[in-house]
Amino acid sequence: MDPLFEFLLRQGDNTLVLGHRISEWCGKAPVLEEDIALANTALDLIGQTQMWLGYAAEVEGAGRTADDLAFLRDAWDFRNLLLLERPNGDFGHTMMRQFLFDAYQIQNLKALEASSDPRIAEIAVKSGKEATYHLDRSRDTVIALGDGTSESNARMQSALDALWPYAGEMFLADEIDQAMAADHIAPLPLEYRAPWEAAVLPALAAAALKVPQDDFAHQGGKTGRRHSEHLGHMLATMQVLQRSYPGATW
Amino acid sequence: MVTLIRPDPAQIKAWLQDVPDPEIPVISVMDLGIVRDVSWRGDVLEIAVTPTYSGCPATSVIAMDIETALKQRGIDAVNIRTQLSPAWTTDWLTDGAKAKLEAYGIAPPRPAGGPAHCPHCKSKDVEKVSQFGSTPCKAQWRCQACLEPFDYFKCI
Repeated sequence: MDPLFEFLLRQGDNTLVLGHRISEWCGKAPVLEEDIALANTALDLIGQTQMWLGYAAEVEGAGRTADDLAFLRDAWDFRNLLLLERPNGDFGHTMMRQFLFDAYQIQNLKALEASSDPRIAEIAVKSGKEATYHLDRSRDTVIALGDGTSESNARMQSALDALWPYAGEMFLADEIDQAMAADHIAPLPLEYRAPWEAAVLPALAAAALKVPQDDFAHQGGKTGRRHSEHLGHMLATMQVLQRSYPGATW
Repeated sequence: MVTLIRPDPAQIKAWLQDVPDPEIPVISVMDLGIVRDVSWRGDVLEIAVTPTYSGCPATSVIAMDIETALKQRGIDAVNIRTQLSPAWTTDWLTDGAKAKLEAYGIAPPRPAGGPAHCPHCKSKDVEKVSQFGSTPCKAQWRCQACLEPFDYFKCI
């Protein structure tokens, strides 16, 4: 197993799975502007996926393409965070998940701009410009809904309570992360925790939300050891065309 | 013996001035600043194009439009290369392009982060509706004076 290939899968699977998840809102978000915003964010994330998985396929050197990796792998070969495969829930739930990830991703991309791997650095610079817009919007929406009516506040609190145990996986490191850090390709994810908290905690306070005190973290997504059942259902929809008509193109 | 004519890159760039952006047809791919390099590699013309937004669906259409335009000029061997770095910025939009956008009803990007005025009635009384709009590169704004919604080409 090539650690660089694994690392690139983790980057690309995060953007792919979240991008697909929020594309599920297309045509049925609460208001038109939010529908458009979610579809545009999904588009950015899928575009970033092409860059990450495209590079992953080159590094692997087995003749696969970004599309092959996206559409022809099964759940156990995915390396996304468990947080991102969670079902959308209501709109507030979707935006809470987005915010918790966006605040992490901006740190991740900022760090990767200085990667010793020039290709990773240029993908990070390109993606970072888009991620800045994503974070602006998800932060504003979380604050507006949290600090809104008693109904919207209660929904945001329940979203935070449900998703918080999935945040910790973002900062866990394994031998892949150790290898990336040793080669100065990426820092250990634990380094993102303090700046993530510095961005997330004040926003949650402004949103009048109580941060859960339990530090328990579900894990097994980025290592691929144990995904939740939700990923399989999501892939069944996302991959149905290539599974039914292998090699179909247009 | 066949002698291949290899037009000068400056000439090719001039031709590409006539290839419109598929989403915003009043500006060309040259105006947009996405054509980063035009050079001959032997008998193959290599064109480096940088995406505006990474998921912009116009990117593949633009590559096809460039190939078609050059075929019409008799250049068949074209290799379009995606160049990610340096990442595209709205600073590369030409001044002419900004004026064309405004005339078309799209407020051009400004480093201040918002439109100078409504592209229709020129009122400065404008407000943001959403940071995301009809294409990845645009935001939705609204004029409080003439009440028209309009697109703003956002800075990246």
